[in-house]
Amino acid sequence: MKKFTKEHEWVLLEGTVATIGITAHAAHELGDITYVELPSSGAQINAGEVLTVIESVKAASDVYSPVSGIVEAANQELEGNPQLVNESPEEEGWVCKLKGVDASELDDLMDEKEYRDYVELL
Amino acid sequence: MPYVANTEQDVKEMLQVIGCKNLDELWIKAEVKGPYPQFKYMPQAKSEFEVIKHIRELAKKNKTELVNFVGAGYYDHFIPAVVSEVTSRSEFYTAYTPYQPEASQGTLQAIYEYQSAICRLLGMSVSNASLYDGGTAVFEAMMLGCRVTKKRRAVISGAVSPIFREMLRCYSSNLSVELVEVPNTEVESSISSLLDAINDKTACVIVQYPNFFGVVEDWTDFVQEVHKKGAIAICSTYPTSLAMIKTPGEMGFDVVTAEGQCLGIPLSFGGPYLGIMACNDKCMRKMPGRICGQTVDKDGKIGYVLTIQAREQHIRRQDAMSNICSNENLCALTALVYMTVIGKEGLRQIAKLCSSKATYLRNLLLGIKGIEPVGDLPFFNEFVIKLPCDASEIVQKLIDRGFAVGFPLGRYYPTRRDQMLICVTEKRTKEEMKALANNMEAILWN
Repeated sequence: MKKFTKEHEWVLLEGTVATIGITAHAAHELGDITYVELPSSGAQINAGEVLTVIESVKAASDVYSPVSGIVEAANQELEGNPQLVNESPEEEGWVCKLKGVDASELDDLMDEKEYRDYVELL
Repeated sequence: MPYVANTEQDVKEMLQVIGCKNLDELWIKAEVKGPYPQFKYMPQAKSEFEVIKHIRELAKKNKTELVNFVGAGYYDHFIPAVVSEVTSRSEFYTAYTPYQPEASQGTLQAIYEYQSAICRLLGMSVSNASLYDGGTAVFEAMMLGCRVTKKRRAVISGAVSPIFREMLRCYSSNLSVELVEVPNTEVESSISSLLDAINDKTACVIVQYPNFFGVVEDWTDFVQEVHKKGAIAICSTYPTSLAMIKTPGEMGFDVVTAEGQCLGIPLSFGGPYLGIMACNDKCMRKMPGRICGQTVDKDGKIGYVLTIQAREQHIRRQDAMSNICSNENLCALTALVYMTVIGKEGLRQIAKLCSSKATYLRNLLLGIKGIEPVGDLPFFNEFVIKLPCDASEIVQKLIDRGFAVGFPLGRYYPTRRDQMLICVTEKRTKEEMKALANNMEAILWN
């Protein structure tokens, strides 16, 4: 199940593990990404809290966590190659995985079509 | 618009708007803890000529020709004339920070070279373009430690400058940062107590090297222990000394700060001075202040720009790494010109002269009846002695004889009124040191 937030994060839930990243729209708006601060494993994150910071040549943006959970892994590829977020924002450019996620937290988020419609209106 | 702060009429109107009868009533409503500010005794207006005369008379009270043996963080080193000759060129002479690379290549290149020189001297990998002074640099380093570890507790050695510690207390009084000060023993930092004070909430540990009492301590093992406990190791240092002793970078410190006054900036009450800050790669993205970087233009030619700016307040607003820092560009330029003129070998010679002259004076003073050493540890160019009387009395008497003899420790350490911190730089001659010893002996025993 893949859902989207108004702050342009995506979350893919498999079992109780959620993979989180920023959407293609967000990556395009940020421009060339130069640095992704990776969250440390084991950190407890609550929905709505700042998960990480992504810096591009023109801005630095907070990435909010759409769900609550414990950081299981961060995408270490991004340390040497932050551009991966521009190249493949919704697949290889994922930011981190949270474990122990409650599926009901995704109920209020947008599905793919709703998100595309939302972006159209911006 | 008249450049006169609130006229009587202004004050009256403002009080009317907020509904207070007079200023005293405002102080009460604003919960100002008395005594209330008084504006009644402002002197009458004077002409420009009268003001200049008055200020000159005040200035005459300063003793500016004393033979100086005071250090305690601010040092009387020789400044070659060429330093101000270069820095006062109109192309350079502005404290304003350049944002536009297309208009400021000279200044940006100077900042880049300053950063490179600082990195080499401190043994670190990244330096910023400078901060206000050594004390604010320590504060910014503490906050950097908090950001990197996401913790809010800082452990500070009692052998860090009491002036800097006072600044830390002031700056953090309204922040949610817990300051834990670990007392030192005499002239030595309490390494084991510092380590014991680190718990799982501790963001960073701050020490000074050489410490406030001039003692040189090897922190290598300490830094490893700090890292094992998950904290950031911060060191405040004295740049001149690093020409002859192990660098903080070699000892593994994560963040190094310093007062850069010793690098060509004249001693002056209130500054302007120079805040030096450098860190390792791990902390780079969390470092406050401007950083200048080297790049190439579209034709492949080398150029200089401000870089990693996403940390700064014009981009990150309230989430910037610091909202209260700027850089001290003219002083940073001065330090660069000084380091360039003096050179690597020159700085080594200065450091050696400071250190050997300090040893000479210490031996001379310890030969005087009643003067005792405090601790017997390796020192750079400062040492503490114990007198058979109140040190501040000796300071006053020696001023009358033409010497600024040292820093009476009782000023910041109430139980150490009989102790004095004495410093020797390359400027002091054998004759001056002998004269100081003779005068000291005469005051003590005649």
